[in-house]
Amino acid sequence: MSRGLYVHIPFCIRKCYYCDFNSFRLRGPERDHFLDLLEQEADRWAARLEAAGGVPVLDTLYVGGGTPTTLEAGQLARLFGALRQRFPLAPQAEITVEANPGTLTLEKLAALREAGVNRLSLGAQVFDDGLLRRLGREHDAAAIETSVALAREAGIPSLNLDLIFALPGQDLRGWRATLQRALALEPDHLSCYSLIIEEGTPFYRWHQMGRLPRPDEEEELAMYQAAIEAAEGAGLAQYEISNFARPGHQSRHNLIYWRNQPYLGLGPGAHSWWEGVRRANLGPLPAYEAALQAGRLPLEREEPISRALEMDETMFLGLRLTREGVDRAAFRARFGTEPEAVYGLAIDRLVRLGLLEADAHRIRLTRQGVPVANQVFLAFLRTVPTAV
Amino acid sequence: MTAIERLRNFCIIAHIDHGKSTLADRLLEVTETVEARRMTDQVLDSMDLERERGITIKMQAVRLHYRRPNGEEYVLNLIDTPGHVDFSYEVSRSLAACEGALLVIDASQGIEAQTLANLYLALEHDLEIIPVINKIDLPNADPDRVLRELEESVGLDASGALLVSAKTGQGVPEVLEAIVERIPPPQGNPDTPLRALVFDSHFDSYRGVVAYIRVKDGLLRRGDEILLMQSGKTFEVSELAVFRPNLVPVEELRAGEVGAVMASMKDVTDCRVGDTVTLAGRPAEEPLPGYEPAKPMVFCGLYPVDNDAFEDLRAALAKLQLNDAALLYEPETSAALGFGFRCGFLGLLHMEIIQERLEREFGLELVTTAPSVVYRVVDRQGQVHEVRNPEELPDPARIQEIQEPYVLATILTPEEYIGPVMELCQERRGEFVTMEYLGPERARLEYRLPLAEILMEFFDRLKSRTRGYASLDYRFDGYRPSNLVKLEILINGKPVDALSAIVHREKAYERGRQLTQKLKELIPRQLFEVPIQAAIGGRIIARETVKAIRKDVLAKCYGGDVTRKRKLLEKQKEGKRRMKQLGNVEVPQEAFMAVLRID
Repeated sequence: MSRGLYVHIPFCIRKCYYCDFNSFRLRGPERDHFLDLLEQEADRWAARLEAAGGVPVLDTLYVGGGTPTTLEAGQLARLFGALRQRFPLAPQAEITVEANPGTLTLEKLAALREAGVNRLSLGAQVFDDGLLRRLGREHDAAAIETSVALAREAGIPSLNLDLIFALPGQDLRGWRATLQRALALEPDHLSCYSLIIEEGTPFYRWHQMGRLPRPDEEEELAMYQAAIEAAEGAGLAQYEISNFARPGHQSRHNLIYWRNQPYLGLGPGAHSWWEGVRRANLGPLPAYEAALQAGRLPLEREEPISRALEMDETMFLGLRLTREGVDRAAFRARFGTEPEAVYGLAIDRLVRLGLLEADAHRIRLTRQGVPVANQVFLAFLRTVPTAV
Repeated sequence: MTAIERLRNFCIIAHIDHGKSTLADRLLEVTETVEARRMTDQVLDSMDLERERGITIKMQAVRLHYRRPNGEEYVLNLIDTPGHVDFSYEVSRSLAACEGALLVIDASQGIEAQTLANLYLALEHDLEIIPVINKIDLPNADPDRVLRELEESVGLDASGALLVSAKTGQGVPEVLEAIVERIPPPQGNPDTPLRALVFDSHFDSYRGVVAYIRVKDGLLRRGDEILLMQSGKTFEVSELAVFRPNLVPVEELRAGEVGAVMASMKDVTDCRVGDTVTLAGRPAEEPLPGYEPAKPMVFCGLYPVDNDAFEDLRAALAKLQLNDAALLYEPETSAALGFGFRCGFLGLLHMEIIQERLEREFGLELVTTAPSVVYRVVDRQGQVHEVRNPEELPDPARIQEIQEPYVLATILTPEEYIGPVMELCQERRGEFVTMEYLGPERARLEYRLPLAEILMEFFDRLKSRTRGYASLDYRFDGYRPSNLVKLEILINGKPVDALSAIVHREKAYERGRQLTQKLKELIPRQLFEVPIQAAIGGRIIARETVKAIRKDVLAKCYGGDVTRKRKLLEKQKEGKRRMKQLGNVEVPQEAFMAVLRID
C-alpha cells in the first residue's frame, strides 16, 4: 500500500475567474511566515505519528495550490528541506510540484531539481490568448511553451499539462487546436478537465446572469472524445476519467486518491485520509494560523469513515480508473469480500446497460460508461437508499 | 345558567378574504372571550394550514358572553363556516345549528359567487340574515354599490345592513347588538325528551370522540345515559363542555345551547355527524332530520414513494378520517406504483389539503395520480358500474354508454370579462344556461359543465382571464352520457396505468399530444432514450422522446477532497430517490399530475 503527502501553498498572483480552490492573492512578506506555520503543522503531525508508532515512509509528495512556484527559489528549498526533515520519503518517491506558466524561472527550477522534485504539473488550461484572458489567467499561450522548454532544460523528468475544456466561447475546433499544441510539446502526462462552474466564483455569477454561453452537452461530449482520441493518438493512454499518460508516467500521487489509499494533507484547506478518518484543514489563513498558535492541528472537521462507507468510496473512486478499475484482489484483501456480495444487483444492472464490465480480475467502466460515470457511481452509494 | 331567551346561535357567511376571521377575532376580543394577550391572529382557524392559506377548513364553534350596554347578559354561540366550495357540505351542517347568519361582504369587492351560494343555503334554512359590509376603511370601499347589489340581485332588504371595519373595530359593537336584537332566540322545549343534533366531531386520543351538538329539545346532564338514534349505541356522558374557544366543562346543556359531549366513544362510527342524541331512559320518538352524507366527487390514487411506507399511509389516512368524514379511501394496486389507496375527496382543494397534511403532519412522501371524477358505465346488459379510476373502464366492446358528472356553475364577473368567461366555458364543453346583470358593472353567468373540466385548472384559468375578478361556485347537476375514451400513456413501450385518463373523444388527440410533450419536459433524461407515447384503443396517436444522458461525469479531482465529491453524488442520488422507478425509467412525482398541467 502506498502513502502520500499533500502540501497546499495557497498563494496566487491573481485568482482565476473559475477557481474555487483555496487560494489568496499574493502580497509579499507573508510567505516566510506561512512557511513557519507549515513547519509547525508538520511538527504536530510528525509528533503525532511518532507517538502512534513512527512516521511511515511516504511514496509520494505533491505540492499543490494555489501556485507553489509563487515561492522564491530560497523558499522552495526551505520548504522541501523542512518536509524531508520530518517525513522520510522512499528512494523512488514521486515528488510533484504544480506551477503556472509565467511563474517559472531557471533559478526556481534548479532549486526544485536540487530538492529532488521529479515531476512538474503545469497549469496550461488552453492555448488561446483570448480565452486565457476570459479565464482571468495571468499568462498567454506562448508563456506555456516557454515554461515547458525551461522545465525540460532544467531536466524535469516527468511533465504534466493541465487543460480545461467546455469553456464559454470555446468550440470543438478551438479545443482540437489546443490539444494539438499541447501534445506538440510532448508532455508525459495530460489532464483534461471539463469546466465546472462553482458557486462563489465570478464565473458562477456571470453564469447566473446568463453571460456565459457554454457548449451544449453534445458538443462537450464531442470535446471529451476528441481529447481521448488525440491523447491516445500521441501515445498517452487514458488511465483515469480525466488523465492520460505515457507508460511509466501515471501520477502515483493521484493513484493513491483513486485507490482510496492513505494520505496526509498539510496547509490551509488541505485534506487527509488517514487511519479511517477524513480530515479537512481550516481554509482561511487567519483561522489556520490561530489554531496553530493555540497549539492545535488546524482542523475544520474530522469525519470517521465507517467500513461500509469506505467500501462505497473505494468503489466509486476506483471506477474512475478506466483501465485498472476496482481490482478484485485488492478489494478482497481489504474488505474480505467480493464487490458482488455487496453491490451485486447494481453491478448486474449496470453490466446489462453496457456501462460496466466485470471479469475475474477487475470491475471497470466500459467505453460507454466513462462519459456517464456519475450515473454509475450513484449505484455504489449505499448511504442514500434507492427507491425500487 | 342562561334562559333560552338570552341565547343566540349564529354563523358568519363570507367569501375568502372578505374578513370573516378578522370579524370573528374582533367579536372574541370585544366580549373578552379570549384575553388580549393570548390573541393570535385568527383564533378560530387553528390548523397551521388554515392560517397559511387564509381559509377555514374545519368548522369551529365558540361561546361568547356578551353584556349589553343596558346591562343584560347574553350567551352568543358563533359557529364558524368554511368559505370554499369544496366544503359547502360543512356549511350546511353549521347552518342547521343556527338561527341567524352574518353575511359579510367586502365593501370594495362586492358579492361573490360563494357568498351567494351560502346565502341561498342560509335562506333555505330559514335563518335571519344580517348583512355586514366590511372593510369600509379601505380607500376604494364602495358600500353603496354593494348595498345596491344586495337589493337588486339578491332581493335582500339592505336597509338593515351594518357598515363595519373589522380591522379598526368600527361598527363591531353594533354587530353584537344586532345579533341580540334581530336573531331570534332558539325554539325548543326544555321539558320534552332530549333531542340534540351532532353537527361535527373530532377525535381526541384521550377522550375518544368529542361530538359537537346543538340541543334542540330537552336537557342533557353529565352522567346521563345517552342513546344515538341512528347507530343505536348507548354511552354514559363523562363530560359536557362549551367552547370558549377551548373546551370548558359544564354540568348541563339545555334546549337551544351548543356544546360538546364526551362519552368514551372509541369509534367515529359510534357517533356520526347528523345523528341525534337522546336519553336512553326517556328516548325521543323521532330523530331530528340529519344530513345527507358528503359525497366525494373527486378521486385520485395516493401511493407512498417508498413502498415500505404503505402501512404508515394507511394509518395516517385512518387518523385523518376520524376528523373528516368526507374522506374516503380504499386500497388499490397499480402496476406502475405498487400498493396505495384510491381516495375520494369533496373537491380539488380538499384533495390538496389532505395531501399536504399527509406529507407535513405524517412525514410521508407521496405520489399522487391525476384526479378523476366518478364515471358511470352502462354495459350491454344495462348494468350500471361506477368507475373511479380510468383503469377500471371495461373493454369498449362491453360498453353501451359512458356517463359523466355535470355541475351547474355560477360565475360572477365584471361586465368587461363576460366574453372571455364565455369563451372559456365553451372550450370546456360548457352549455350556457342563463346570464343576468347584478347592477350595471357585474354579471352572473350560469353554465352546465362537465365536472372533469372543472378539475383541469378551470379556476386558475378563470382567474387569469378575468384578472382575478371572477368568482366561481358550482353544485352537482347529475350524470349525462358523453363520448369518452381511455387515453393510455406508454413509457418506454409499456403502458403506465397511473398515467391513463378518461377524456372526451374530440379532445383525445390534442390531449395526447400535450400530455406527451409535458411528460417529456418532466421526465429527466436517463441512460437510454425513452419514448413516450399516447394511445387510444392500442393505436398510437402521439409520440415524444426523452433523449439519453450523454455526459455526466465529475472531472475535477478536488485535491483529495473525497467528501465533497461524495456529497455531490449524494445530492444527485437524493434527487433520484424522490422518483418512482417504472421499469428502468425514473419518473418524478409531478409527472403523475401532468395531465392537469397542460394548456
